[in-house]
Amino acid sequence: MKLKLFGAAGLALFLAACSDHANKNANTGAAVQQQVGPVPGSEADLVATAGDRVLFALNQNTLSSDAKATLDKQAAWLAKYPQVHVQIAGNCDDRGTEEYNIALGERRANAAHDYLVAKGVDASRITTISYGKDRPTAVGDDEASWSQNRNAITAVQ
Amino acid sequence: MMSSVKPLIPDDDAARLASAFSRRGFMGAGVAGGLMATPLFAAGAAHAQDAGAAEITVDQARTAPIPIVLPALGSGVAQQITDVISADLGNCGLFRPISASMPQGTPPFASYKSMGARAVMTGKVVEQGSSLRVEFRLWDVLTGKQLQGTAYTAGSQDWRRIAHVIADVIYSRLLGEQGYFNSRIAYIARSGPRARQITRLAIMDQDGADSRYLTNGQWLTLTPRFNPANSELAFMSYANYRPRVYLFNLNTGQQRLLGDFTGISFAPRFAPNGQSVILSVTRGGGSDIFVVDLATMARRQITSSGAIDTSPSYSPDGSQIVFNSDRGGSQQLYVMSASGGEAKRISYGHGRYGSPVWSPRGDLIAFSRIANGSFSLGVMAPDGTGERILTQGFTVESPTFCPNGRVLAFCRQSSAGANGAGFATGINTIDITGFHERALPAGSSSDPAWSGLNK
Repeated sequence: MKLKLFGAAGLALFLAACSDHANKNANTGAAVQQQVGPVPGSEADLVATAGDRVLFALNQNTLSSDAKATLDKQAAWLAKYPQVHVQIAGNCDDRGTEEYNIALGERRANAAHDYLVAKGVDASRITTISYGKDRPTAVGDDEASWSQNRNAITAVQ
Repeated sequence: MMSSVKPLIPDDDAARLASAFSRRGFMGAGVAGGLMATPLFAAGAAHAQDAGAAEITVDQARTAPIPIVLPALGSGVAQQITDVISADLGNCGLFRPISASMPQGTPPFASYKSMGARAVMTGKVVEQGSSLRVEFRLWDVLTGKQLQGTAYTAGSQDWRRIAHVIADVIYSRLLGEQGYFNSRIAYIARSGPRARQITRLAIMDQDGADSRYLTNGQWLTLTPRFNPANSELAFMSYANYRPRVYLFNLNTGQQRLLGDFTGISFAPRFAPNGQSVILSVTRGGGSDIFVVDLATMARRQITSSGAIDTSPSYSPDGSQIVFNSDRGGSQQLYVMSASGGEAKRISYGHGRYGSPVWSPRGDLIAFSRIANGSFSLGVMAPDGTGERILTQGFTVESPTFCPNGRVLAFCRQSSAGANGAGFATGINTIDITGFHERALPAGSSSDPAWSGLNK
């Protein structure tokens, strides 16, 4: 089940990843992945091993049990690659005002940041950023799209 | 409601408007000199010094737009000037332009009266090398008196500016309030796929003409805001992946960082005296409001609720701010002294409230309200009473007042639908009564910020 998810939805999500940093790594990572799997310690490896994002409910920054499970895997992955630095980008659906959503996205990124730090990741390895509602993962306007766009995405720097 | 007692309009209104031209730099469409206004005395017996036809209020004109005869001032650029005057007056919804041929000698008032017209413009355009002289007269059709007579001289490339100044004079002469046509709108021009839109800082005249980009679209750029002198924009840029507030000097084209905050700095607005910028800065899971002094770059923190406090906007006298905060659990509007202290919640309708902006008249706060997944744009008094929704839609946000406070520009965005194909975003204007919404020809755009009257 997990493998299937990573193979289809995981790769699709990964290719649709909107972070500027993620895109830089995406080309190399994806190309390699087809032949020998992700480069250890790479963005693609993070996506395949832990999942790069956690999702939030409307107007919320509370970490669900699914989100915590993903962040636990990210923390373990980061422990395995101590040289890797990451940036967590918080995002919102477009059912909020522009400026408030910048702060709400940062609040989400901060929730993921604080969880990883509590799990032992050195705070100096993690930066946060928020794109508000301006970098949607899914470009539709329906519940399915919005639920994907309320997220915090971890990208290897 | 407007009272029927009208302020007396100074006769040199046009000259004052025009003197605001003195300096235009980097963004001034290559304006070399200024615009000069000289009085043209009345041809007839009496030079009307009274308020003339200005007994018509804006409220009356909304329901019965003022019929005004606008004969072409000539051909070529003279026709273009006439067209811009006519578009300004017609598009604001308060006038009904009537075309006619330019009368020779005394205008045929009886004929205009029978057409129902209240006023008529006459004049001509004389091209003098690289400059233009536009002679303009405004007449009250009912009394046959000249309400205004002014000759404008400016560089030929400034013909639009002259047209907007004349439209403002007509507006103020007939309605007793300052016009707003000689102003500009800064905005964000958008292009490219929705998941990764290219955003450029841009500026245009209030009618959408003369638009141009100020930045190249390399970085995500949002929320431009004019300083009171219209010479500088505060805006947010994600340059080098560090989202922060910058200042863009419209005279030189230079940008500079505003303050060096640890968190994301965003939501800037200038103080009414132009000496400081109020903005918000993220900290932990929230954001605080700061004021940055532009001379010293000293910063003063005025909220620290731990919640999201953002979108601050000053009252026109600078004594208070309105902002939105989720300190009470959901995003609502609060009013507070500009120096900080206790904040009073003013929004109590159904839903969440955001993007507040204080009217330059001081009597209204415009806002977005979000309920049941859709947006409304509305206004309320600064004490929270009298909430009125002006328009609704999938997304209607980022309201900004025109210089006289009578019209709002805002961003209207359509639902993208399930597959994203329906996405469209643009800038609309609407009268503060909810009357006469129309789209500006700005293309794919958002984040409008209306300047003051051009200086």
